[in-house]
Amino acid sequence: MGVSTNWLKKYVDYTWSAEELAHALTMAGIAIEGVDDVDGDKILDLDLTPNRGDCLGLINLAREVAALTGTRVILPEIKIRESADDINSYIRVKIKDPDLCRRYAARVVKNVKIAPSPEWMQEALIHSGIRPINNVVDVTNYVMLETNQPLHAFDYSLLEGDKRIVVRRAMDGEQFTTLDDVERHLGSSMLVITDGTRPVALAGIMGGQNTEISETTTTVLLESANFDPVNTRRTSRQLALRSDSSIRFEKGVDINGTIFALDRAAQLIQELAGGEVVSGVCDIYPHPQSPLTISLRPKRVNELLGTNLSTDDIIDYLQRLSLEVKKSETNDTLQVVAPTYRPDLQIEEDLIEEVARLHGYNLIPSQLPGGASTGGLTPYQAFQVRTRNTIASSMKEVINYSFINKEMFDHVMLPDDDYRRNALAIANPLSEEQGVMRTLLMPGLLNTISRNLARRNQNLAFFEMGSVFIPGQEKLPSEILKLGVAVSGQSDINWKVSPVEWDFFYLKGVVEDLFQQLGIRNARFEAGTAPGFHPGRTAVISCGEEEVGILGEVHPQVLENFDIRNRVIFTELELEKLYNHATPRVMTESIGRFPAIERDLAVLLPIEVPASKAVDTMRRVGGPFLHDVLIFDLFTGEGVAQGFKSMAFRLTFRSDEGTLIDEQINPVMEEIIEQLEEKLAAKLR
Amino acid sequence: MLEKLNDLELEFLRQIREIDQIDQLNDLRVKLLGRKGEITQILRGLKEISADQRAEVGRVANEIKERIESKLQQRSGELKCLALDERLRAETIDVTLPGIPFTRGGKHPLTQIREEIQDIFIGMGFTVAEGPEIELDYYNFEALNVPKDHPARDMQDSFYISEDVLLRTHTSPVQVRTMEAMAPQLPVRIIVPGKVYRKDDDATHSPMFQQIEGLLVDTAINFAHLKAVLMTFAHRIFGEEVQVRYRPSFFPFTEPSAEMDISCVNCGGEGCRVCSYTGWLEILGAGMVHPQVLRYGGYDPEKVSGFAFGMGIERIAMLKYGVNDLRLFFDNDQRFLEQF
Repeated sequence: MGVSTNWLKKYVDYTWSAEELAHALTMAGIAIEGVDDVDGDKILDLDLTPNRGDCLGLINLAREVAALTGTRVILPEIKIRESADDINSYIRVKIKDPDLCRRYAARVVKNVKIAPSPEWMQEALIHSGIRPINNVVDVTNYVMLETNQPLHAFDYSLLEGDKRIVVRRAMDGEQFTTLDDVERHLGSSMLVITDGTRPVALAGIMGGQNTEISETTTTVLLESANFDPVNTRRTSRQLALRSDSSIRFEKGVDINGTIFALDRAAQLIQELAGGEVVSGVCDIYPHPQSPLTISLRPKRVNELLGTNLSTDDIIDYLQRLSLEVKKSETNDTLQVVAPTYRPDLQIEEDLIEEVARLHGYNLIPSQLPGGASTGGLTPYQAFQVRTRNTIASSMKEVINYSFINKEMFDHVMLPDDDYRRNALAIANPLSEEQGVMRTLLMPGLLNTISRNLARRNQNLAFFEMGSVFIPGQEKLPSEILKLGVAVSGQSDINWKVSPVEWDFFYLKGVVEDLFQQLGIRNARFEAGTAPGFHPGRTAVISCGEEEVGILGEVHPQVLENFDIRNRVIFTELELEKLYNHATPRVMTESIGRFPAIERDLAVLLPIEVPASKAVDTMRRVGGPFLHDVLIFDLFTGEGVAQGFKSMAFRLTFRSDEGTLIDEQINPVMEEIIEQLEEKLAAKLR
Repeated sequence: MLEKLNDLELEFLRQIREIDQIDQLNDLRVKLLGRKGEITQILRGLKEISADQRAEVGRVANEIKERIESKLQQRSGELKCLALDERLRAETIDVTLPGIPFTRGGKHPLTQIREEIQDIFIGMGFTVAEGPEIELDYYNFEALNVPKDHPARDMQDSFYISEDVLLRTHTSPVQVRTMEAMAPQLPVRIIVPGKVYRKDDDATHSPMFQQIEGLLVDTAINFAHLKAVLMTFAHRIFGEEVQVRYRPSFFPFTEPSAEMDISCVNCGGEGCRVCSYTGWLEILGAGMVHPQVLRYGGYDPEKVSGFAFGMGIERIAMLKYGVNDLRLFFDNDQRFLEQF
């Protein structure tokens, strides 16, 4: 909101420049975003925190300025000449819903002459961002800006019925045309001002066309009322209609400022439109509200701020804000009266903030807290960091939204009864694209791959660590931390060596390396199937009896669903399960003083026998000296019998006792060959 | 015999000049000094020579043998040097060819910033606490002193799952969860990183973003402590040269409340587009924990006090990396990610 400093100066006499004032206000919590110059008038761009809606009124803002500059607020003097006739013969007011309308006051001004308002008033309004209309309407706006109390003027002669204002909830489906010429369809949660027969205003938001002030208006009914902030906000939102009035009621308007504003407006109409103010005010105020008295302990002020302010300093700061402070004879506690125009002041801490604000936050000392405490990560958090660091050495981390389109479950071919289809739906999503909470990481990572490929980014290796959300019996779902990795492409081409294709075995190598780094020694990869994966190229990863993840090539149909033309290899692992299988680093093994012996073994294995079986057999039979088994060749086709594959193994034997000799190794090798032939139908090449 | 020896030496000297291969040199050595070599033969045949000549011939033969050997050794050294030079010359590579590329990954810029922030606070004795991203309305609002009718609790601003379950709108619920779990132990000294969700989507707002929350509750914690801890943080993350200032602000769960500004990291406080020509950048909100929140957490506000703060990780990352569109962080374009 723009604040005209020329106008502000009517209520407070200060000598600072607008820029100095803007800085001081900002540092006191009344943020001024900028200072503009409009025809020599410096306009402050006010950006208030929600608790300080009172400063939308110039007089309240002037109180802040006075407190900061050490001056006093100058309130406008109100002089009204009232005519002989009585308002009660003009109008009666009834509030049917006092929960939504806590006060309603009215005055009548007759014999007004509608004309443009004087130049000074028009200028003041324009500089505040409000369009001048005519003298009566301009006065209501002027006083609103001055006092923060929204006002409305009705053309009295257009009120129908028996000149009775009834404040009530609207009827469902009731129609009403507001001043902006839009027909509104009202609901029973909304509050309207009626003339006993029909709505004439949408309470606190906007008046109606049916009683609008026009050139022919001679008698004006002025409304100064207090409406419920929450209801005003909801109605305003429902109708998508915000006004200077609704903004103020949403933030709260001083219920004890109603009459001051009403009188002020009557006075100005009298002065500017030649009206006669009918004697008296019609004021319905069922539950008058008195100011709150709050206890404040000066010792507490210093305890909470880390300052050393004297009681007199504290009293001075509060009094500068025009707060009444009573000092007790018997103890140190101050009694501070918070006026109703400052509803943000409720408890002792609110007053401590006032003291801190006036003292200046930047003058409060700065002192690191004492007390030793050991910071750091829990073992599981440290495990997560280690996981991320390891995988990030070869993969780029991405962060996807936690919500996905539920169509993604079809895209990744989840069966109808898959538990991951039972995703939590957001009741009010931004769009269906972000409609449900993810239950798996695959859709996000495949979308990332797809988007990058569409932008011609090649050779993609991404990972994401994030939660998936699985609803259960509890009110809140299980949030399960997952690691997902997706690769597509190959290592960069270069002039020297052939690129490495990022296939199943590449990603498996990455995962095996991760397991090694994390101290997971019992992981097994076994052929398996899972929704969304290539049935012949997928491994279920288990540690002990527990399944910890899945690794495989993404199903071609899934890739097509994501518009991906390249192969993608994907793995999803569950962090907490991995953590439970991670063993602490073992003591270092001796590196062996005696040389190792290597033996190569080439065999033909039936094509359906998995390599792991051959390796397991060798390890089982290999005895204590077999240190390592490495597969260094694999081929089928020419030269290899139908139904067989040729595999070459390098077995490393080593002993800590001495150099091994052939007599120790040969029987082992023979036993290995025998077992391979017997158990796996292998043939020695 | 002496003449023959002389001739042999002359012949040797002539031949060795022509030799440019180590193996030829070996052949020559064998021819003269090998087991059946000519000089070896002469030395072996000394006993057949007359006694008066024997000593003289023996001496000369041995001298020639030594000279030949030394010459052979010298020449062998020279040839080795030449051969090495030749090999090195032949092995020359074009060092301007690029190295073999290696596939390097990396952490997301937001993760990098988050870890940097975490480390700073861990260094100040904070531990890392976590909480659910899908949260009860109670922890997200009520226990944080946000009244039922607060605008933030309308459907317009938050994503709801059901009437009382929503995607947390800030990391602050973990404040109360942690206090509940710890009360009455002291101190509570935590930071809380995590994803949060709000119904906004434009260049400066994302429906999902990350915050880091901090909470320190202990006996006699005051605003001066808040200032020092946050200033230390600002200096560590943005550099010792940044200026820090605090302004009053408003949050339902702190009182007094503050906002911390730092001098613009782009212009150093002169005023530029990044800081809207104010010279200052708002980076975090903070305040003394509201007594009501301490009570919800199970602590007596008359006996303990605390401060809390919260900041957007994206905001810090945007300032540190000069990123002007928040959406880039969640777009995950390889060309963007590669830059970190």
